[in-house]
Amino acid sequence: MKTNDVIFQTVAKVVFFMIIFFAVHLFFAGHYYPGGGFVGGLLTSGAIVLLLLAYDMKTVRRGFPVDFKWLISLGLLFSVGTAAGSLMFNVPFFTHAYDYFQLPLFGKTSLHTAMLFDLGVYLVVIGVTMTIIQTIGESE
Amino acid sequence: MEILMCIVAGLLFAAAVYLMLSKSLLRIIIGTGLLSHGTHLMLLTMGGLKAGAVPVLGEHAATYTDPIPQALILTAIVISFGVTAVFLVIAYRAYQELGTDNMEQMRGMDTDD
Amino acid sequence: MSLLHWAVLAPFIMAVFVPVLRKKAALIHTGWFVLILPIVLFGTFLQYLPVTMNNNTVMQTAPWIPSLGIDFTVYMDGLSLLFALLITGIGALVVLYSIYYLSKTKESLHHFYVYLLMFMGAMLGVVLSDNVITLYMFWEFTSISSFLLIAYWYDRDRSRYGALKSMLVTVFGGLIMLGGFLVLSIMGNTFSIRELAARAPELNEHPLFLLAMILVLLGAFTKSAQFPFYIWLPDAMEAPTPVSAYLHSATMVKAGIYLVARFSPIFAFSGYWFWIVGAVGLFTMVWASFNAVKQTDLKSILAFSTVSQLGLIMSLLGIGAASLHFETLDDNIFTAAVIAAVFHLINHATFKGSLFMVVGIIDHETGTRDIRKLGGLMSFMPITFTLSVIGAFSMAGLPPFNGFLSKEMFFLSMVQLIELNLFNIETWAILFPVLAWVGSVFTFIYSMIIVFNVFTGKFQPEKIEKKPQEAPIGMLISPIVLASLVVVFGLFPNLLSYSLIQPAAAAIVPSIIPAGEQLDVHISFWHGITAELLMTIGVIAAGILLFKFMPKWGRVYDHFPGKVTLNQFYNSGLYAAERGSNAITNAYMTGFIRSYLVYIFTFFIAALGFTMWAKDAFRYDASAAAPIGLYEVCLIVVLLAATLTILMAKSRLTSIISLGAVGYTVSLFFVIFRAPDLALTQLVIETVSTALFLLCFYHLPKLSRHEEKRRFQAGNAIIAAGVGVIVTLLGISAHSSKFFPSINEYYVENTYEKAGGENMVNVILVDFRGFDTLFEISVLSVAALGIYGLIKLRLEKGGETNENE
Repeated sequence: MKTNDVIFQTVAKVVFFMIIFFAVHLFFAGHYYPGGGFVGGLLTSGAIVLLLLAYDMKTVRRGFPVDFKWLISLGLLFSVGTAAGSLMFNVPFFTHAYDYFQLPLFGKTSLHTAMLFDLGVYLVVIGVTMTIIQTIGESE
Repeated sequence: MEILMCIVAGLLFAAAVYLMLSKSLLRIIIGTGLLSHGTHLMLLTMGGLKAGAVPVLGEHAATYTDPIPQALILTAIVISFGVTAVFLVIAYRAYQELGTDNMEQMRGMDTDD
Repeated sequence: MSLLHWAVLAPFIMAVFVPVLRKKAALIHTGWFVLILPIVLFGTFLQYLPVTMNNNTVMQTAPWIPSLGIDFTVYMDGLSLLFALLITGIGALVVLYSIYYLSKTKESLHHFYVYLLMFMGAMLGVVLSDNVITLYMFWEFTSISSFLLIAYWYDRDRSRYGALKSMLVTVFGGLIMLGGFLVLSIMGNTFSIRELAARAPELNEHPLFLLAMILVLLGAFTKSAQFPFYIWLPDAMEAPTPVSAYLHSATMVKAGIYLVARFSPIFAFSGYWFWIVGAVGLFTMVWASFNAVKQTDLKSILAFSTVSQLGLIMSLLGIGAASLHFETLDDNIFTAAVIAAVFHLINHATFKGSLFMVVGIIDHETGTRDIRKLGGLMSFMPITFTLSVIGAFSMAGLPPFNGFLSKEMFFLSMVQLIELNLFNIETWAILFPVLAWVGSVFTFIYSMIIVFNVFTGKFQPEKIEKKPQEAPIGMLISPIVLASLVVVFGLFPNLLSYSLIQPAAAAIVPSIIPAGEQLDVHISFWHGITAELLMTIGVIAAGILLFKFMPKWGRVYDHFPGKVTLNQFYNSGLYAAERGSNAITNAYMTGFIRSYLVYIFTFFIAALGFTMWAKDAFRYDASAAAPIGLYEVCLIVVLLAATLTILMAKSRLTSIISLGAVGYTVSLFFVIFRAPDLALTQLVIETVSTALFLLCFYHLPKLSRHEEKRRFQAGNAIIAAGVGVIVTLLGISAHSSKFFPSINEYYVENTYEKAGGENMVNVILVDFRGFDTLFEISVLSVAALGIYGLIKLRLEKGGETNENE
């Protein structure tokens, strides 16, 4: 898919960041408003796919020098780790904890271990989607 | 509305099954896609439609829509994405190796056992 | 978890380290490391001797599946201890022997010792478990490890055949036994053998009692190679000789004996028990000893002799059941049968173990086990000869060896049956001692064959591969130990009387022993001129005569193809089963995916449709339904139009885009039906999937219809319509009937209270039902890796590359 569409590429670059910010927003909002790890992850990978369409595999590779398979394992590790972490505190597997903190800039914020778990989901979703698309894309 | 949605889901199922029974590999994959759409609609319908506000507590409503089917469907959507992807790749590899997408010709060899 | 639990598990744990030891310490024979374990365990179990000697027991429970009442309970009484000592003691000797028997360089020792340790642990588990389910699990473990050990030289056809046969027979027997256990546990409402035994009187009245008994006995008979299930044991002799010595003579085949002994307190009061166990045992004894004489392979002789001896012990246990019908201990002559069973069990383990090892030595040093090729080895292998004389004479029942003592007790028990007035035995009673005597004559003959046909007579160097010589001392130690025990137990039998035999026998017939008393177990050589002594003399006389004139009457065997017919039955049965299942499978496994889907969908329609009709489950109630709005109707029209386009589409692009249209419409439905999370996810997923389809686009085949016939299409349409109708009806009925209040109130109330979130859907996903999500992302990861593998791993065209590489 070799295209040389300058307008498309420029727009894609801008839109990419907008999507990414939106995705991150969705991810963090997840606990209170619609959103969460799944949507966030999917949108992020959607943004990368957009770049893929605008440029090509190699350019994107250079932009994201990550092996997405590692992302999968990292995400799984986060999720399982969060779930198993509760065992350390002598509570059943998968018990979450949360509390409210007074943070500078954000004001009163609640921090959740569920967020960590969701981060794992987020990473896995990106990893999976990108692995699939990249592998298929490269197979030509 | 629920009755109507049941019928719609039933129609989606029928179309999906019809596609899955055909001989062409691609049609089978599309069939499974349709099947999951039908299932999602059915699940959502089972929770009751428009019976309350969006299931977000910030709405401060008296009643909320049932969140459980939604959670189940969310899981199902993502899984069916994975399934579709695997199917697609299997189809594409099978076509590459065997040179056909006719299921009738993909019966496996007699010497397989 | 107590010490005893760890003792059972120790061999399994050790087995994990064996491959490491084999690799890291390749210079030392792995057997030396393994040897430590049975010795330590033997010492551990010895410490329990003072406990059981006073008829006390030890019981420890570790919960395993408490919700089902299945616990890992170890129960140590005299019987268990006797077996545990046999398992570890003989185990240690066998391991020592195997160190010299199996070459360090040529054999895959780690396999051998892993299997052997697995077996040892399983066997300890069998004899120490109180819970029938745990017992069953270990029981099948012994079958599996036996299978692996018989097939140890898996490149030989006979090994594989023997392994499969033994596994089929014993595992099916075990399965039947499990059925018996379940019936028992339903009757007694417990899985504990001890508690079942306590309820024995009420169980006796239960209508299922006989069924449970027969099922349990079938398990015991298959394992202990009783008639007609014995056919697997001779074929199991393909295993390496240490294995035969350990599993197929001293321990595993005695698991069946153990089971019969262990369940005696539950079943033995019944007359059926007496008849079945006694008669089957005795018949097996005669039949197998008769067949043993015609064998030409030394190990086959030993195999049949093992079957025969097991039958002997079995019959003693059966007859011992008569003792339960006596009021007092003093005039109870049938306790002698139980005592004889236990005593002979020990004796058999010693003399048969040593004989197997002797045969192993002969095989190892001459290269053959065929008695037609062997002869005159006495001068080459004097020690081996001595050992075989001790073992074989003990087996034949000659003084002063231990076999003589237990054989006398066996005769005594049989003779006493004539005076018994129970179970309508009167007319049949005389058969028992006669059969016992006949069996013993044949036992005498084959014992003599083992000694004299091999060690005396003409030496035939041209028929054997190697020049015979005495075995290395290491290989001789184990049989020497066992043979010395044969002599020691023969001369001083009362060493065992109250230490091992009394506690074990007491555990078999606990109900007749008043509190604080013991069975009288005094074993002596000389009782005066009694019936049993005369019988022994008769056995010797007849045996010598028949042995001398063997060529004259040996032709009798040409008319008795007994073993062959049973084996043929097994072989043809197996063949027919394979053919039959193949034919049935091929009839419906067409390899065409449509056939399978047709089965699934037809079953779906039939099962659900029938249930709905039979239970009158269809409901229609639209009163709670939401009103139908204009938007929804529009969306439905779009959705159906897109679906129809897919069905009609001629090109793949059209169908892919239409599928996308369906997806987007569904996400709009999500918006209308107040599911913002779903709407978002569906939108993004649809986009990514379409991208995926387009990526694959170039690789995918053109959409072709493959000229489906009208009938084909009509059939599909009918099934499709059926599924659609059923789903619709199901949905409407489900909507119209509310059996339970919805649980969604719980989430409304607790989402903020317990999880500190406001978006219920997300909180359910990451918190309340986090497991779903965890597994989901795992599935996704597997899918991604699968795709990666599918694409990156390219087999050559036609898939001829070796998958095992």
